[in-house]
Amino acid sequence: MSVFDILGPVMVGPSSSHTAGAVRMGQITRRLVGGEPVRARILLAGSFASTGAGHGTPRALVAGLMGFMPDDERIPRSFEIAGERGLSFSFGTVVLRDAHPNSALITAENQRGERVEVGASSPGGGRIRVFSLDGLPVSFSGEVPTLIVRSEDRPGYVSRVTGVIAAQGINMSKLRVERQERGGRAIMVIECDQRIPYKVKMAISAIEGVSKVTRLNPGEESK
Amino acid sequence: MSGYASVAELLALSDRLDLPLWKTVQTVDCAGGNMTAEESFAAMKNLLSVMRSADKNYDPAQRSVSGLSGGDGGKMDAYIASGRSIAGPLVGRMIAAALRMGECNACMKRIVAAPTAGACGVLPAVLIPCGEALALPEDALVEALYVAAGIGEVIAQRASISGAESGCQAEIGSASAMAAAAVVHLRGGTKEQMANAAALALKSLLGLVCDPVGGLVEVPCIKRNVIGAVNALTAAEMSLAGIESRIPPDEVIDAMREVGDTMPAALRETAQGGLAATPTAQNRLEEMV
Repeated sequence: MSVFDILGPVMVGPSSSHTAGAVRMGQITRRLVGGEPVRARILLAGSFASTGAGHGTPRALVAGLMGFMPDDERIPRSFEIAGERGLSFSFGTVVLRDAHPNSALITAENQRGERVEVGASSPGGGRIRVFSLDGLPVSFSGEVPTLIVRSEDRPGYVSRVTGVIAAQGINMSKLRVERQERGGRAIMVIECDQRIPYKVKMAISAIEGVSKVTRLNPGEESK
Repeated sequence: MSGYASVAELLALSDRLDLPLWKTVQTVDCAGGNMTAEESFAAMKNLLSVMRSADKNYDPAQRSVSGLSGGDGGKMDAYIASGRSIAGPLVGRMIAAALRMGECNACMKRIVAAPTAGACGVLPAVLIPCGEALALPEDALVEALYVAAGIGEVIAQRASISGAESGCQAEIGSASAMAAAAVVHLRGGTKEQMANAAALALKSLLGLVCDPVGGLVEVPCIKRNVIGAVNALTAAEMSLAGIESRIPPDEVIDAMREVGDTMPAALRETAQGGLAATPTAQNRLEEMV
């Protein structure tokens, strides 16, 4: 624990879980779809659905989709800014079984028509956890350098991906692979001790069967 | 360097390192190598300046999305300016500052969670007016924030700083204990008096439940920042006068944890009990929907 976990974060109110955390959820969805989101469907669950409006949760989620930080004073005007930028969005509610009360399911589409569906929770303090990605169970927060590799499930691809990381001298602290079925879609989540450079993303993207690579480096959330 | 899991350990560490309490907190925090002491001090100073600008940018005309809050800081400011205040200018300014910050938070302005967004008004409402009353330099206030953070770290480790876990005592209570220790630092008290002030402040808010109307960080959260701030000042004054808490700080913190553990879920941020369940709260919510 750091003194800055006790004092801070600097954030736009009113709630670290329902506002600051919601911005983070939007941000991480933006990173996972890649590029500029043009459409989003946001389903609020639990306490997000029942008290979100009064906490500015919907505005915070849309602000995050545009890459705003949790302390950005434009968050209260995010709907209007989204209109100017050509991001259309809609909201609904959903019941998620076994999810934290502060959760949302976000489907976002970028200008190339690529889509992603992100399930995430905001347990408190502005921290978040992604618990599902395109329908597959995952678990990551983005608080440490994280690589998310979406691919087809093929023999040997895990070692090719980790080989690229090892060749850069980056130490992996956690690796988890989930797949839909044998030979189907797979998602690999790799947490690392060092910042993940762009060339690692490019090298992994070139591996056969890999469809999309996202790198999350702390401090670079708004990109 | 190892950290501290209790206020007693923090005081002992400060003795062993022969450093003031605030510097001990900073030294331990920087031992991980993420930041130098200078970088850490600059980051802490930045938090203080964010608190100051939030206070300065307060707009009495602004209302929260729900319409439940806004404008009370302005009313308090006007009352203080009228010269009719019974408590006098310092306490009057503290009341106004706590309301202003709480309302800024409810109105989606930029604040510093200290330790939480709901309790963001307590520390600035104590530090800024007291710093001005004592004509202290900015760095003294930054040091005081380290003292506050050190107490907050112990509370977060031994108990909780989350209303959903332990009720409002863990949010406003923790903020008040942190601020009480910080005021003793501002007045040049000993580290034992800082720890003692934290114990006195926390004891007086034990059992405070988290019962926000509609689950929103507005009613009664904003006005509870006032009691957290004023309670911090009275605890610091008692401690500086040599009055001791009969129960030591760590045992008070452990008691808070136990009270939180036995608190019914309806009184832990679920908006199902206390003020949230009153007829007036229910009627207001129906109007809002």
